[in-house]
Amino acid sequence: MQSSFNAADTAWVLVSTALVLLMIPGLALFYAGMTRSKNVLNVLMQSFVSMSVVSVLWFVVGYSLSFSKGSSPFIGGFDYLLLKNVDQAPFVLNGTTITVPHLLFMAFQLMFAIITPALISGAIVDRMKFSSYVIFIAMWSLLVYAPLAHFVWGEGGLFVGKALDFAGGTVVHISSGFSALALALLLGKRKLAHNEDSRPHNLPMTLIGTGLLWFGWFGFNAGSSLAANGLAASALVTTHLAAATAGLIWLLIEWVTVKKPTALGFASGAVAGLVAITPGAGFVTPLAAIAIGAVVPFVSYGMIKLKSKFGYDDTLDVFAVHGCGGLWGAIATGIFANKAVNSAGFNGLIHGNPGLLTGQITSALVAAGLGFVGTTVIYYAIKIATKTLRVTPQDEEAGLDVTQHGETAYVTEN
Amino acid sequence: MVKIEAVIRPQRLDEVKTTLDDLGVTGMTVTEVRGSGKQKGYTQHYRGAEYTVNLIQKIKLEIVCEESMKDAIVNAIANSARTGEIGDGKIFVTPVLDVVRIRTEERGKDAI
Repeated sequence: MQSSFNAADTAWVLVSTALVLLMIPGLALFYAGMTRSKNVLNVLMQSFVSMSVVSVLWFVVGYSLSFSKGSSPFIGGFDYLLLKNVDQAPFVLNGTTITVPHLLFMAFQLMFAIITPALISGAIVDRMKFSSYVIFIAMWSLLVYAPLAHFVWGEGGLFVGKALDFAGGTVVHISSGFSALALALLLGKRKLAHNEDSRPHNLPMTLIGTGLLWFGWFGFNAGSSLAANGLAASALVTTHLAAATAGLIWLLIEWVTVKKPTALGFASGAVAGLVAITPGAGFVTPLAAIAIGAVVPFVSYGMIKLKSKFGYDDTLDVFAVHGCGGLWGAIATGIFANKAVNSAGFNGLIHGNPGLLTGQITSALVAAGLGFVGTTVIYYAIKIATKTLRVTPQDEEAGLDVTQHGETAYVTEN
Repeated sequence: MVKIEAVIRPQRLDEVKTTLDDLGVTGMTVTEVRGSGKQKGYTQHYRGAEYTVNLIQKIKLEIVCEESMKDAIVNAIANSARTGEIGDGKIFVTPVLDVVRIRTEERGKDAI
C-alpha cells in the first residue's frame, strides 16, 4: 500500500486542510458583522467553539461513524474508533485508492465536519443559550452529520455511485440549511421592540469574512479532488467563476429592485455562488459554473423575500443561502455534470443522462429531511432535559455577550 | 454669561470649528448625539429587507461665553453649518449662573 503514496497529492491536501480551517474564522466574521454589537462575541464563538467540540468528537467516534464500513449503508461502524486503523499510510475508500495518508484524509474531512454545524448558528443568533448551542452541535454532529457523510462519501454508503456531491453541497449545505430552518422555527423569533434598530453592526467585518470564505473555499472544493492534478485546477476555476458571477448578479438584482448595489448583497451573492458550485465543482465545465452562479442569486434572494411573508426568523438567512442555494447546486449538478470533466463522475441531463438528476434530487431531499427532522428531535431532547434553549427575555435585551460570556466586544470607556 | 448649544450636521463640524477659531473661540464641548426633528428618518435595504432609521446622527456643540460675544458666535455657527436643506439643526441659547475653573477656583467671567 505504501507504493500508492503520492507526495504532491499529500502536500496539496495538507494545504487544503489548512485552507478549509480558515473558513471557520471566515464564517465567524461573516456572521458577526451582520449582528448587533451586543451579540458579536457570542456569534463569533458559535463558530469557533465548533473547532473544539467537533474535533474531539471526530477523534473519538465521528470519523468512524462517517467513513468506516458499517453493518448497513446508513451509518459507519467502529473500525476507526479513537482513530484505530487510521495511520500514515494511504488507504482505499469505495474502491478508489486515496494517495494521501489516512490521517490527513481524516483531518481534511474534520474541517468539513466543523464548519457544517457552525453554519446553522446564523439562523438563531441573538437568542440561543450558549450551553444549549454547544450540546446541540455535539448531538447534531453525531446524529445528522455522521450518517449523512456516510450516505454520500462513506465506505459502502447509501448514495455512493447513485448521486454526486463533489465537496459537500448535500452533506454540508443542504443539511445545515434545512437544520437552520427547523431550529429558527423551533426557537421562535427574536424579541425586537417596534422599530428597534437591528441593522448589521459592522459590514466591513462581513466582507473580510467573505474574503476568507472565498479563499478557503479553494481548499474546500479543489482540495476535494484529493490530488494535485488537473481536476483540482478545474474545481478551483469553477469555484471561482461561480462565486464571481453570483456576486455580480446579486448586485444587479439589487440595482434593479432597491436601486443601490449593496456590500452585503455582494457578500451574500458570492457566498451563495460558492455554496451552489460545491456539489458540482469537480464535475462541471467553467461555462456551466457561470450558469450555476448566475441562477443562485435569484433562488436565494427570492427566498429571502419570501421569508418576510412566512414570518420565520432565520436571522442571517442560512436557509435561503445554504439550504436553497445548496438545493439548486444539487439539481444543477444533475443537469450540467460532464464525464469529460471527471471520468469518475456521471453525465447529467444535458449530456443525455436524466437518471442522475433523479439521484441528485433524492439525495438532496434525504439530506433536507434528515437535517430538518434530526434537528427537531435534538431540539426536543435538549428541551426535555434542560427546559429551554432560549435565553430569558431580559438577557436577550441586554445582549448575549454580557449574559452568556461576561464580556463586552467594544469597550468605549477606556 | 450664556451657553450656546448647537445641534448640527456631523459633516459641517470642521467648517464650524474653523469659523469659531477665526473668532477666537477656543473652548467648546463636542458630543455625538442622535435625534429627531423635521428631517424625517431614512430607509436602507439590507439583503432586501427595509430598515427605517428615525434617530439621525448629529453633533452637539456647547460653548459658554460672555453675552457680548453671543450674536457673533451664533451667526458664525449658523452661517457655517447651513446647507439650506431640512436637517441643518438648531441653536439654543440659555443663561448660565456661574462658571468655576476647577484648577484655580476662579469664578464667573474669569473662568470662561
